[in-house]
Amino acid sequence: MSDAVYDVLIIGGGPGGYVSAIRSAQLGFKTALVEREHLGGICLNWGCIPTKALLRSAEIYHYATHAKDYGLTLNGSMSVNVADVVKRSRGVSQQLNGGVAFLMKKNKVDVIWGEAKITKVGEVSVGKSTKPVVEPQNPIPKGVLGEGVYKAKHIIVATGARPRVLPGIEPDKNLIWTYFEAMVPKTMPKSLIVMGSGAIGIEFASFYRTMGADVTVVEVMNQILPVEDAEIAALARKSFEKQGIKILSGAKVLGVKKGVDSVTATIQDEKGATTEITADLLISAVGVVGNIENLGLEALGVKTDRGCVVTDGLGHTNIAGIYAIGDVAGPPMLAHKAEHEGVICIEGIKGLHVHPMDKLKIPGCTYCHPQVASVGLTEAKAKEQGYTTKVGRFSFIGNGKAIALGEPEGMVKTVFDAKTGKLLGAHMIGAEVTELIQGYVVAMTLETTEEDLMHTVFPHPTLSEMMHESVLDAYGRVIHA
Amino acid sequence: MSVNVLMPALSPTMEKGNLSKWLKKEGDTIKSGDVLAEIETDKATMEVEAVDEGILAKIVVPAGSNDVPVNQLIAIIAAEGEDVSKVGTGSAPVAAAAAAAAAAPAAATLAPAAAAPVAAAHAPQTVSGSKVFASPLAKRIAKDGGLDLSRVTGSGPHGRIVERDVRAALAGGVSAPAPKASAAPVAAPAAAPAPAISDDQTRKLFTPGSFDEIPHDGMRKTIARRLTEARQTVPQFYLTMDCEIDALLKLREQINASAPKDKEGKVSWKVSVNDMVIKALALALVRVPDANVTWTETAMLKHHHADVGVAVALPGNGLITPIIRHADTVTLSGIALAMKDFAARAKSRKLKPEEYQGGTTAVSNLGMFGIKDFTAVINPPHSTILAVGAGEQRPVVKNGALAIATVMSVTLSCDHRAVDGALGAELIAAIKVLIENPMSLLV
Repeated sequence: MSDAVYDVLIIGGGPGGYVSAIRSAQLGFKTALVEREHLGGICLNWGCIPTKALLRSAEIYHYATHAKDYGLTLNGSMSVNVADVVKRSRGVSQQLNGGVAFLMKKNKVDVIWGEAKITKVGEVSVGKSTKPVVEPQNPIPKGVLGEGVYKAKHIIVATGARPRVLPGIEPDKNLIWTYFEAMVPKTMPKSLIVMGSGAIGIEFASFYRTMGADVTVVEVMNQILPVEDAEIAALARKSFEKQGIKILSGAKVLGVKKGVDSVTATIQDEKGATTEITADLLISAVGVVGNIENLGLEALGVKTDRGCVVTDGLGHTNIAGIYAIGDVAGPPMLAHKAEHEGVICIEGIKGLHVHPMDKLKIPGCTYCHPQVASVGLTEAKAKEQGYTTKVGRFSFIGNGKAIALGEPEGMVKTVFDAKTGKLLGAHMIGAEVTELIQGYVVAMTLETTEEDLMHTVFPHPTLSEMMHESVLDAYGRVIHA
Repeated sequence: MSVNVLMPALSPTMEKGNLSKWLKKEGDTIKSGDVLAEIETDKATMEVEAVDEGILAKIVVPAGSNDVPVNQLIAIIAAEGEDVSKVGTGSAPVAAAAAAAAAAPAAATLAPAAAAPVAAAHAPQTVSGSKVFASPLAKRIAKDGGLDLSRVTGSGPHGRIVERDVRAALAGGVSAPAPKASAAPVAAPAAAPAPAISDDQTRKLFTPGSFDEIPHDGMRKTIARRLTEARQTVPQFYLTMDCEIDALLKLREQINASAPKDKEGKVSWKVSVNDMVIKALALALVRVPDANVTWTETAMLKHHHADVGVAVALPGNGLITPIIRHADTVTLSGIALAMKDFAARAKSRKLKPEEYQGGTTAVSNLGMFGIKDFTAVINPPHSTILAVGAGEQRPVVKNGALAIATVMSVTLSCDHRAVDGALGAELIAAIKVLIENPMSLLV
């Protein structure tokens, strides 16, 4: 048993946990981070980052196969080397994983390796990890502390989430995949079914389709990308279908029969009719659930709801001294939400001036082709909440830079409160919109109105000019349309 | 090069102050650190020190001026060797002063003698009057709602006024414009919400010459504004409980008898019944943490410690509520010493803003005046206030027989938005248990 008492001990080294640890150390707290598998968490090792590497390969492949659109001729053959595409993606994760280890060391955060359990308020017992180390890419970092009992004044649960499993369609690592297997294919499947059309499902659908597979997406809701604005989702669907992705919306996978090297899914449409689709494999992407088990939360009486810890917006649980942030503290389950929530939690502990995060100002990005990005209320939600809206739209076809890039498909949509000029939401589809959305997020956070956005100078020629035009359009002043 | 001396912001909420006294005359040599003037804020009198050296060339705002806006030019200091006569030629005090300030935006030339909180560091902006920092959306909503932003406290970064502040202010009716039918001057810098009848109408109700007019000082205006706001915006309810205090009085006697004495035989502290009530209230809030909260529009602030405000009456009329921070962890002697210090400095109006702002609850005791029972007005951000009556011998029934006990009635006012009836009852019950079993105050 260690005699040292930490000011802050964080369970889970994902983006929420490690960012909290750094902020905690910056504020002068003696800080420890417990991790059982890989620094950087799912985001960095199995999620956000390695998928971006895969999608980058797909993007370059797409451009190469369309080289002649740009006046270029490629002599010789162009083919996908799956092993190398995966190797590059793993390498990207490995580099960043090592980076997190360096950041912990630099900030003098003690990393404790193993599985944590809160034995009582102020005390955490760390046992042997049940998760294998991902050798050789991400070995246990040097200099970590081991199993034992650790004391801490403030304990932050940042254990993240894992794929949701539907009964009867349990992933088997072989024919039914989760994002773990989908991230490291050994061969390129010829055909696959993607169950779920949220960000994860759609990104894999986009990747595998670009790489040449036949892809069928099955979505229970009537709209793909269900959290996005309906108009944007409809544009996305049109574009995906043009690329050859089959989309079954309002449809449900009733069951899956596994063959030797294929799966047959029984799918029921809205009217109750069933069809069978056979493919090499199925990717289950029906959301994620919080990792709340085996942490001792139940014994301590920490309140949970639908698989997540209940918190008050500043990370406090109902038990003093125990906090939760990130995916395990509830949706939206996004790395940047976790990071920000962690910082708010730590600054609150320090007694700094903090406010609960406004979830309407958390942007979301999906890196399919074309990209989708949004923040705030959809047009439908705004109306539902009783706002009288002014809606602006601007299509990529009216933007010089988009035409020059050869990316004329897409739209920037803005939703304003007609009464106050408050920017309620922004929704975008098209090239590079994931990099553009932040402009609107800053605007919303600073509480600008349409007037300030209109007075802002946007550089020419850029895609960002469409953000200006969309605002102008909402007030009947659009220039290039 | 001359330096403009501006009205400093001595607390984050200060918008104006009264310049009560100049301690330097025009022509005096000023050294850095010299006290230039005394300024009366909402609740305290603060000294203003010079940061720069030179000669006090011109007093722009004379002593006795009330409601001088923060950042208004109040004096000009000429550099050593500078021709004093050429400095600050404008004689019209206010208008010219504003212009001068605009023409030469001065560096911060004043530092409040007391460690002034954040606002002072940001204070001197550019121009006249008080510059309001607000988001564009907050400005627009305030304009549409007829809200004067200078009366809204910002909760954003560096005190910036953001949408939620304006929404809260509008919801709380901070400055709904005065009804047009009323004769009240609409644009008057309303310290309190527009009254139903105008001041002139009120005066006419009395025979001329039958009364004296005493202008409000800052404290009177603050009391009027804050308590009117509290009564209008906080749904309050009241719970009364009788506490037997014989055991408490006995314990107090023992504690005071054993207080350490100095060489001259003077005791170093003396615990009062009120000190023990403060401690009991703080410990009760720790035992009933759900009641140790502050209401905000977006969330309940659940406090980790009990900071107990104690109403201190000032000579004549007036009131201030210094805060015993973390009263749950302070010993009785610590509370006694702190209260002695607070009371003394409160009476000379020398408390610093950080000593009387905030707090999670408060105690108001009128027992010494023989008041048996009363209700007190909650002072936001508190959620409760405990009104303490006199301890007196009363007949009580014990085991079916009449007996005599020393009984003190206490009444808890609760902000119903934050503390519901049953929770308030739980809190006052915890207070009673602690008062009647006073040994627990020592643990």
